[in-house]
Amino acid sequence: MKLAALFRTALVLLLLALVIKPTWFTWAFAPFAPDNGAVIYERASLLSLSLSHLSLVALASTAATLVAVTLAILVTRPAGSAFLPLSRTITNMGQTFPPVAVLALAVPALGFGAGPTLVALFLYGLLPIFENAITGLSTLPPATMEAARGIGLSHRQRLLRVELPLAFPVILTGIRLSVVIALGTATIGSTVAASTLGEVIIAGLLTNNTAFVLQGGLIVGLFAVLIYDALVQLEVYLSRRLGAGSSGALASKA
Amino acid sequence: MIEIDRISKLYDGAAAVDAVSMTVETATITAIVGTSGSGKTTLLRMINRLVEPSSGEVRINGESTRSVPKNTLRRRIGYAIQSHGLFPHYTVARNIGTVPTLLGWSKAAIRARVDELLELFSMEPEHFRDRYPAELSGGQQQRVGVARALASRPDLLLMDEPFGALDPIIRARAQEDLRRIQRTLGSTIMLVTHDMEEAIQLGDRVAVMDAGRLVQHGTPAEIIQRPASDFVADMVGGVERPLRLLSLFPLSELVEQGHAEGDALDADTSLRDALSNCLWTGRNAVPVVKDGVALGRVTMDAIRARAEGPR
Ligand SMILES: Nc1ncnc2c1ncn2[C@@H]1O[C@H](COP(=O)(O)OP(=O)(O)OP(=O)(O)O)[C@@H](O)[C@H]1O
Ligand SMILES: [Mg+2]
Repeated sequence: MKLAALFRTALVLLLLALVIKPTWFTWAFAPFAPDNGAVIYERASLLSLSLSHLSLVALASTAATLVAVTLAILVTRPAGSAFLPLSRTITNMGQTFPPVAVLALAVPALGFGAGPTLVALFLYGLLPIFENAITGLSTLPPATMEAARGIGLSHRQRLLRVELPLAFPVILTGIRLSVVIALGTATIGSTVAASTLGEVIIAGLLTNNTAFVLQGGLIVGLFAVLIYDALVQLEVYLSRRLGAGSSGALASKA
Repeated sequence: MIEIDRISKLYDGAAAVDAVSMTVETATITAIVGTSGSGKTTLLRMINRLVEPSSGEVRINGESTRSVPKNTLRRRIGYAIQSHGLFPHYTVARNIGTVPTLLGWSKAAIRARVDELLELFSMEPEHFRDRYPAELSGGQQQRVGVARALASRPDLLLMDEPFGALDPIIRARAQEDLRRIQRTLGSTIMLVTHDMEEAIQLGDRVAVMDAGRLVQHGTPAEIIQRPASDFVADMVGGVERPLRLLSLFPLSELVEQGHAEGDALDADTSLRDALSNCLWTGRNAVPVVKDGVALGRVTMDAIRARAEGPR
């Protein structure tokens, strides 16, 4: 346990150093840079690229969470159950579209920049959250739901006080998957001029500079690992609190 | 007083509950007993309108349950079920305080009520208040479930096989606790069970159901001594009938003047336990005391006479 915490701290420090003081690592990347080429990407600050990368992901994931959870709530109510197959089809479509195609289609409509990337990340984020929210909301312990009804909680009170809190660990699993996919997918956003860490990787590819590719890849990878890990910790904590016998950890479909 | 007036529930034309009428007096326990599928749960759930009756009416203290909104009605009626249905993400205190919170009680009043109920169920408040349900034993979870149902001092407490999942020893204790708490609080309780023993032990009145119909409704002694049909007689259990009957009466009913050897029994001991004691110690009579004062004795002959059915 202690060892894991130590390792986690080391990774966080490494990531911060890579982003804030990239020149500290010149020695490490130099062997991968072409002769006379730059070793460290300096056209834009890695910190600002990281921040804009993360805010794109955060914005898209938040929107995807809101929409997916709302949809899942609607289709798990008795009145909305008829729409379950339809809404599944729509979110699945979001996934079968390759991200590059989404970008290409969105550019004419939204122009270059962050817009098309946001749309792609949003569409990509929907499905895992939607699926997990449906699983979470439809596998609640029946005795708890019966008791909630029997002691006089209204529909709304049941949803807010019982169903969503109990389904939350499972929904969180979906959010985690979705965030990690978005962190990776955001890199290709730089092909349509969104400012993300993909810029570093693409610059490296265009100039045959492996050092750039490694830097960009390493930073994106570390963000993904650390965010994934933090969300897993949160899920474990929540599921443990809900106890072994409840829906939480069991129904997750990672 | 709860009046159930010709209440029925049809599923696909078949009656799950068929024109059941009965009256439940305030501060009594009515045990509804019957075989599986006889409509006990459906009858109970029609009272708090978890199931809407197809016809008929329920009145609580003269007021029809249809004249109040469902959720308001349910907050006035306690509801406890076999698998307790506690909220796993709430502490014990928050579980018990759920309905008082909905009713807008003050924090201090809720806290006091929670502690009062935990004490009543012999669960040290400091020790249990802040635990989560997953950190309790099955018996403790069940008690918290009943405490939650009683929290807002409901007019009526509905219980659907509340002790069904407990082992026999814990179950016997839970039954005693319920009886004691019901006497202390003066609660009106309707309890579903498929165990005739439990119905006889707990019920002031026993209602026997068969295929959706109420076939007999009376005191435990009436049900045992004068079963209304072969079905009820079967439910009461041929061989065990005399013993069940004896379990209903305390020794104080048969005390006579005279002397008997050996350890004295308390006047509240049931005749069944006294008979068992006579057999075990090889006595024909036992001395009876109440609060340390000798009252006399009870003879095995007197017990035997009480156990005899109609000739
Ligand atoms: N929602 C429903 N739809 C159709 N039939 C139902 C429904 N609920 C109950 N029934 C039927 O009504 C009858 C009575 O069921 P109920 O649950 O009241 O029985 P019970 O006496 O509580 O039985 P048990 O002791 O097994 O709990 C059964 O035949 C059952 O199949
Ligand atoms: Mg039942």
